[in-house]
Amino acid sequence: MASLARVKLARRLPTALRLQIRSVQTSADTTQLHEKPADLSQPLLVRLHEDSFQSHLCDAPSLEVQVTRAELLRMYKDMQTMRRMEMASDALYKAKLVRGFCHLAIGQEAVSVGLEHGIDKEDRVITAYRCHPFAVMRGGSIKGVIAELLGRQAGMSHGKGGSMHIFTPTFFGGNGIVGAQVPVGAGVSFAQKYRGDKNCTFALYGDGASNQGQVFEAFNMAKLWNLPTIFICENNKYGMGTSAARSSSNTDYYTRGDRIPGLRVNGMDIIAAKHAVEYARKWAVDDEKGPLLLEFVTYRYGGHSMSDPGTTYRTREEVQRMRSTQDPIRGLQKYIEDWGLASEQELKQLDKEAKAEVDAAVAEAKASPEPELKDLWTDIYYKGTEPPKMRGRERKEVHVY
Amino acid sequence: MLLPKPPSSFVRASRSLLPASIHHRRCNATLEPPPAGGHLPSIATSEILKTKRETALRTPGISWADESASAPPRTIIGGRETRKMNTYQAIRDAMSIALATDENAVVFGEDVAFGGVFRCSMGLAEEFGKERVFNTPLTEQGIAGFGIGLALMGHTAIAEIQFADYIYPAFDQLVNEAAKIRYRSGGTYNAGGLTIRTPTMSVGHGGLYHSQSPEGFFMGASGLKIVIPRSPIQAKGLLLGSIRDPNPVIFMEPKILYRSAVEQVPIDDFELPLGQAEVLVPGSDLTLLTWGTPVYHCETALHLLENPPSALEKVVPASLRSSKIELIDLRSILPWDVETIVESVNRTGRLVIVHEAGLTAGVGAEISAEVQKRCFLKLNAPIKRVAGWDLPVALQYEKFHIPDVIRILDAMLETLTY
Repeated sequence: MASLARVKLARRLPTALRLQIRSVQTSADTTQLHEKPADLSQPLLVRLHEDSFQSHLCDAPSLEVQVTRAELLRMYKDMQTMRRMEMASDALYKAKLVRGFCHLAIGQEAVSVGLEHGIDKEDRVITAYRCHPFAVMRGGSIKGVIAELLGRQAGMSHGKGGSMHIFTPTFFGGNGIVGAQVPVGAGVSFAQKYRGDKNCTFALYGDGASNQGQVFEAFNMAKLWNLPTIFICENNKYGMGTSAARSSSNTDYYTRGDRIPGLRVNGMDIIAAKHAVEYARKWAVDDEKGPLLLEFVTYRYGGHSMSDPGTTYRTREEVQRMRSTQDPIRGLQKYIEDWGLASEQELKQLDKEAKAEVDAAVAEAKASPEPELKDLWTDIYYKGTEPPKMRGRERKEVHVY
Repeated sequence: MLLPKPPSSFVRASRSLLPASIHHRRCNATLEPPPAGGHLPSIATSEILKTKRETALRTPGISWADESASAPPRTIIGGRETRKMNTYQAIRDAMSIALATDENAVVFGEDVAFGGVFRCSMGLAEEFGKERVFNTPLTEQGIAGFGIGLALMGHTAIAEIQFADYIYPAFDQLVNEAAKIRYRSGGTYNAGGLTIRTPTMSVGHGGLYHSQSPEGFFMGASGLKIVIPRSPIQAKGLLLGSIRDPNPVIFMEPKILYRSAVEQVPIDDFELPLGQAEVLVPGSDLTLLTWGTPVYHCETALHLLENPPSALEKVVPASLRSSKIELIDLRSILPWDVETIVESVNRTGRLVIVHEAGLTAGVGAEISAEVQKRCFLKLNAPIKRVAGWDLPVALQYEKFHIPDVIRILDAMLETLTY
């Protein structure tokens, strides 16, 4: 109760003052074990750090959370696999096997994995260009992502999209235009509401995109029509090379939905992340309270894209400090070990499996052939409704449908 | 009957613009000096408009929803009814059919629940419910993105951008999302259920932000379709075709024709084909290609060429007055009907293209380039473009801005005598 009282007090203070007093802390390993059952197939009761959430126009979720050993181990394996995949992408890019753009989410795994573990399979997700982990978690495959980066037939968009354009039946993709996915997500959730589906849409964007006009347009429509849209601002502190404070007059992104209630979440502790997602889902779907704005405070270890070393606008020490003190995977590893849920050896075995899975996927992706020339011309218009011919790159290259 | 005053009219004064009644000036052959700015087209008396049931039901290319497309065309048209409608009523009729035949169809846009500024959605909210016909905020980019999201879920999204001049904030969503989503997802998703309706072209007094013709800006957006109808029958058939086309379509409605163009419109559910131009007047000496409002200016210009008023007799050589001009309505701007145009120009050897948008990089530029490539050895004259000036559409100069009858006549004379 002490924490609740403090949150209430904090809400009465002006934002600037409040920030000086306290903010969401982003340690990955501050959740405390409360009750451990003798039978480890039963849920554990854990208590999140009292500064795991900050709320705006809504009550913060409870700090008491139930988790199971199996789930923690699955999340560990998922995060480890996602990081391995991103590292493999990094290596392939540096080996000049990946062409085009590539944005990696190393450091932000607790958001994508926490999201997937908190939502329903039939919910919908749409995000921006840092999309590889979401695509895999939403039913895609590592091979499909890597092959897409490599521009191969086995790619999830058959090599036509590349890094930013990967989709699954419940994932509306990465999106290369900053902020453009947000109103699309509002439209998707309108369809859910129209049909009476018991589902919601998670529309993700970054701290940089939060200043795009259409993000506010989407906020307004979602609130006006009470749509089941969960807006998620993945605040990794830098929009490309500009820090949040230099780009945004209000860096409390969870308060920027005007009348849309918001919740700032420690996005480095996957237990907090998953808990917040479940809270949001209940808000929009079970309680039908309309949209909610989540801000996950997280951090990317790498540059914005492959052409950004990521060290010109922040110090190496800052990155190193985040890696060593707030890493979401290490945090979860510590929980698992401290709480006696698995040994170091068992976790190492999971690491090995993750690496093997990614290595195998890379090999398969590399073996996939490049797209056939005929596919240059498909998927522009619905089959049978194309113009009779399409022009190619040069005079004689004309495709006849 | 007055609409309830939409709140937006307080916010954006320019949005309260309603179409004025059109001036029905006849281009007669008496000795009256031509009015300043040239003759206006006589839409009311146009022979292109089908004002009789028999001709309306025999509209070329018409396909009835209750008849198999592969069935032989019927010569007997008994049993079908027509009703006199202007263009906005025909569009309303089309949307009503779309809503009635597809429960996943929704209509939305700024003030559409009140009927829209041009009354195209009058009574639809009452008929189909406020869940299916609803107002949006003034938020064009958001409307487009929202519509794309709906379409991704398999819905039929019929969105209105209140004026084509306001489509620019939505340009990114339309060009980068709607047009590309099928391709960039390798066929996993598409926005084929999206149709954006928007009033376009000059209204006579619209000025800078209410008389533009932005179709050319979308020419490079493969994956989109752009359709511009010329009349009520065309509007109904092409709009139903656009709504049901499995690709995203921008449907641009010439706003001056909302009230001025009146036809007997078949009341049944029918479609007209996308991607096909229509030859309105067959000819052999020159191809006159246009779309939307200038169709009627061109028709009037043909009459002037054949039968010039005394003031123009000096400049229209007698030998040219019997020229057979082939008038073509392009109808679909993207993809455009290359075959029909090339076939025509190969016969006539001359092409004049008329559009309201500015000359530079307008749709006419693309067509000219392609036609000169394909018809190079058949051309008897350079392809001539009659277009708006490369200027903003200034309010007081609007009549001088858009291609008028005299400029079209002049272009035909120049091309015929080259």
